Amino acid sequence: MALLEVRNLGITFGGLHAVDQFAVSIEKGQLFGLIGPNGAGKTTVFNLLTGVYQPTEGEIVLDGKSIVGQKPAVINRAGVARTFQNIRLFKDLTVLDNVKVALHNQVKYLTLTGVLRLPAYFKQERVMNEKAHSLLEIFDLDGEAGQPASSLPYGKQRKLEIARALATSPKLLLLDEPAAGMNPNETAELMEIVRLVRDRFGIAILLIEHDMSFVMGLCERIVVLDYGRVITEGDPEAVRTNPKVVAAYLGGEA
Amino acid sequence: MKIRSLNPNFRRRLVTYGIVAAAFVFIQILSGAGLLTNSLSGQLVPICAYVIMAVSLNLTVGILGELSLGHAGFMSVGAFTGAFLSVCCKDVLPGWLTLTLALLAGTAAAALVGVLIGIPVLRLQGDYLAIVTLAFGEIIKNLLNSFYIGRDSAGFHLSFKDALSLGLDDTGEVIINGAQGVTGMPRSASFTLGIVLILVTLFVVQNLVDSRTGRAIMSIRDNRIAAESVGINVTRYKMIAFTVSAALAGLAGAMYAHNFSTLVARKFDYNTSILVLVFIVVGGLGNIRGSVIAAAALTVLPELLRGFSDYRMLVYAVVLIVMMLFNQSPQFAAWRQKLAAKFRRRRPNRKEA
Repeated sequence: MALLEVRNLGITFGGLHAVDQFAVSIEKGQLFGLIGPNGAGKTTVFNLLTGVYQPTEGEIVLDGKSIVGQKPAVINRAGVARTFQNIRLFKDLTVLDNVKVALHNQVKYLTLTGVLRLPAYFKQERVMNEKAHSLLEIFDLDGEAGQPASSLPYGKQRKLEIARALATSPKLLLLDEPAAGMNPNETAELMEIVRLVRDRFGIAILLIEHDMSFVMGLCERIVVLDYGRVITEGDPEAVRTNPKVVAAYLGGEA
Repeated sequence: MKIRSLNPNFRRRLVTYGIVAAAFVFIQILSGAGLLTNSLSGQLVPICAYVIMAVSLNLTVGILGELSLGHAGFMSVGAFTGAFLSVCCKDVLPGWLTLTLALLAGTAAAALVGVLIGIPVLRLQGDYLAIVTLAFGEIIKNLLNSFYIGRDSAGFHLSFKDALSLGLDDTGEVIINGAQGVTGMPRSASFTLGIVLILVTLFVVQNLVDSRTGRAIMSIRDNRIAAESVGINVTRYKMIAFTVSAALAGLAGAMYAHNFSTLVARKFDYNTSILVLVFIVVGGLGNIRGSVIAAAALTVLPELLRGFSDYRMLVYAVVLIVMMLFNQSPQFAAWRQKLAAKFRRRRPNRKEA
């Protein structure tokens, strides 16, 4: 049984089938790419998988349990974390606190414990700080831990978003254009990080990306979307040479 | 332990407590030396109440990021509950116990009303939420304005019509008399009590903000969608912030009620809510210490400006504008930073000398 089984997933906005009959099966530890021309419905798929949109039809099964119809927070607790195409950090919180917010359901204590500063508060805060710092170290953000998140340069903000998503201990990580706006050096570094994250945490990663060298160099399997429908799925080589994919990107007869 | 080696959040909180304690000592010295005017010493408890109001409203507006325009409503719930309890118990229980119970009851009642109002209101966002809180504030005021409760040998009687329809017998007394409010509370609130309650409020709010719960609340303010995506239960944490904020407003109200012998609902109208909002905007949204200072300064100011008589509110407005500029304008911020840097450079030199 795969980690994530999506069958016949679809959503209609008015008369528009933004995503139609989408299906994918992702194994534990797999690096999976989701590509397609602009407006193909890639981010909509992410929003369906994370509960931001409720699908009009279809099934989403994570680790044997259906997560369709659940709220985003519940789906996150079930094991799906994501980043956003347009970065959504907690901009007025520090870099460290951005990660600590995401540890919310991993390290717990009661509100009253926090207000009264009972011993459990200090113990759990220490655990949170250690976990958060070790995550920040992976992304080389440890030096900026005390700065407000909004003061980070663009590339680091993208990395912080990934660190924050990882803090929720996901089984499946969804990255929405992680390399957007990065220069070639940063992109190469990000590839290393994504591989490292997969190896160290043993999680599956599904990513949307327009940088083809990034997707082809990183992903083990790729699914291609056009006009809301899957046009093909396969390993990078098969996808690259598929005439339908070429047609979707460059136009012309498939 | 050196103060500089402490956790910066903890250090910031200590400074705030210190400012409140210093203000207490300062006022005590002034009052001991007979330098406080009567009108000013009569303002001490209300000032403390407004400081608590400002700090608690900042939890909703600055920390949670939702504009509430009905905060005075919660204050009146606390005030009336506290006053009612005091009038009922003052002949049976010792004074300190009556006051403690009144404060607790005021806090609890306002918290309860906070939950009840929060359930519908927190489903809304932004301007809509602000308008609805404004409406609820007015609803509470109008309900209290036409609320009659009395007591006689048969027990308590309630009415929303008039005092007569309570149908009290010869032993009966009206406790809450509609628009005429409550009379006969013991005037047991003191400046010392006010300062203690400010410290309690600061303790609760500042510790809450710097905890797992506070981070969850601020994450909702900064980006609701991202907060949900990392597993934060948005409704739950909005509710916690709103309820704690309402409860503390109730505490302020209960204390406020015990500074006067008469309490009317008219006092807690829209203007009071806006006044408290002005305090926290001037003090800086999300800045707890700023709320304390702004609330105290802006409550004292009209008293100090009595000399300007007719021009009092004009000067008040000008001071508000200047304070806003000082806090918000980039030029002023740059100037302040330069000043702070100068001080920092000087300090080590002084130590060597």
